[in-house]
Amino acid sequence: MSKPALQFEKISFTYPPSKGSDEKVIFDNLDFQVNTGEFVCIIGPSGSGKTTLFKLVTGLMQPTIGSILLNGENEEKRLGKVGYMPQQDLLMPWRTIMDNAALPLEIKGIPKKEAQTQVRQLLDEFGLTGVENKYPSDLSGGMRQRVSFLRTVLSGSNVLLLDEPFSSLDAITRLNMQEWLLNQWEKYKSTVLFITHDVDEALFLADRVFVFTEAPIQQFYELKVPLERPRQLKDIHKTKVIELKEYLIDQLRSRVLP
Amino acid sequence: MKQWKDYIAPALLILTGLVLWEVVARIIGLAFILPSPTQVAVKLWDLRSVLLIGHLPATLSVILTGLLLSILLGVGLAVWMNTSKTAEKAFYPILIASQTIPIIALAPIFVLWFGYSIWSKVAVTLLITFFPITVNTFDGLRSSNKELRDLLYTMGATRKDIFFKLDVPSALPHFFSGLKVAVTLSVIGAAIGEWLGAQAGLGYFSRRMMTQFDGAGVFAPIVLLSIVGIVLFLFVNLLEKLAFKWRK
Repeated sequence: MSKPALQFEKISFTYPPSKGSDEKVIFDNLDFQVNTGEFVCIIGPSGSGKTTLFKLVTGLMQPTIGSILLNGENEEKRLGKVGYMPQQDLLMPWRTIMDNAALPLEIKGIPKKEAQTQVRQLLDEFGLTGVENKYPSDLSGGMRQRVSFLRTVLSGSNVLLLDEPFSSLDAITRLNMQEWLLNQWEKYKSTVLFITHDVDEALFLADRVFVFTEAPIQQFYELKVPLERPRQLKDIHKTKVIELKEYLIDQLRSRVLP
Repeated sequence: MKQWKDYIAPALLILTGLVLWEVVARIIGLAFILPSPTQVAVKLWDLRSVLLIGHLPATLSVILTGLLLSILLGVGLAVWMNTSKTAEKAFYPILIASQTIPIIALAPIFVLWFGYSIWSKVAVTLLITFFPITVNTFDGLRSSNKELRDLLYTMGATRKDIFFKLDVPSALPHFFSGLKVAVTLSVIGAAIGEWLGAQAGLGYFSRRMMTQFDGAGVFAPIVLLSIVGIVLFLFVNLLEKLAFKWRK
């Protein structure tokens, strides 16, 4: 067994008090680890600390106490070491698809020509052939998310954090994107942390599901999805998965007041 | 592309206005107070070489020098205020206050300081165009998307990356809005400056004709000034279109 891709060791995080609100404890002595090549979904209501977790992992924020390990190394400066895909595609409207995708390479200082070659090699796989010279406003929502994911992959990190990437897509596009994402993940064997609100999505995609209920979190529920790979969309209608889904929904509902 | 039909309404309106003006001017019949459009047009044609060769270059050099300095100083100050909170606190109120100064009252002072040289006129132009450029650019720099900034940081971006790859492109549309206001104001600034102290220029010529009770002679350079303003505006518009090909 190789080293875990991501490890939280006794992490505590507290938002300092600001105007009109007291200090807020989000994580309290939290421990967990994500193995290399694992697909983990994080599910939970808003305000339960999902986004905070991502901000800690990316290095945008630092834990109050504790250490975060990437691939077995304690990393204080994590900016630039983890791929992050935000909820909105956040493509730059003034850049072409090519230049948007090449952005992380550009920031790493890779020469333009070489960066473009790298992007071009992946365009086909991401279903983006022929649109590299178009602008984001020319593309559909699903395509824009693929560009955004391509950009995340090109960050070159083996840990990818995806923050509700499909929540703004229509139901059918969303299903297609989920299938497509699984294919990509199986090909690249990267480690994925995926935030979602959607129980079906979590069960279809993940090896393990982390259930965040409410802050402060000391330990969260965690469940293994009893499905083989490769998966098919209809797999989530198996009885054991449906039971799991009902259990999950109960867990989440008990914490959220109507 | 705009259809020619889009221009029918404004063209008709202008035509109606000109016809009305012509009729009223002929009824009053005092050309030194209210020259008719045809009289102005004839005057413009008669004076074409004097105006275009003698006075237009003087005014244009005031306008362009003033605008250039204004862009350099305005953008510079906007960038400084964007990087330093202290600079913002120090300059922003002064910037606003500078706009409450009646510049026309200040212009004679500039003549005292700089004499009849080009710089007294440039100073007026600068003062009048500085504000829209600075404020718009500053707002533009601050308008950049905060989430996009975070995303760039997660890619390992430096502050320099953020500035050139995010802040500058985000500020450009605002800068152009400011520039459009500034170019039209620059014509006014140059004309005011020339009115109050100059030896050449369209504003100066207009004023000289005033003292000679030559109504059409007052209006002819004003028409030319306004054309200069329109041409500059269209030029900025064109630049903007070229810079934002991605905008639909």
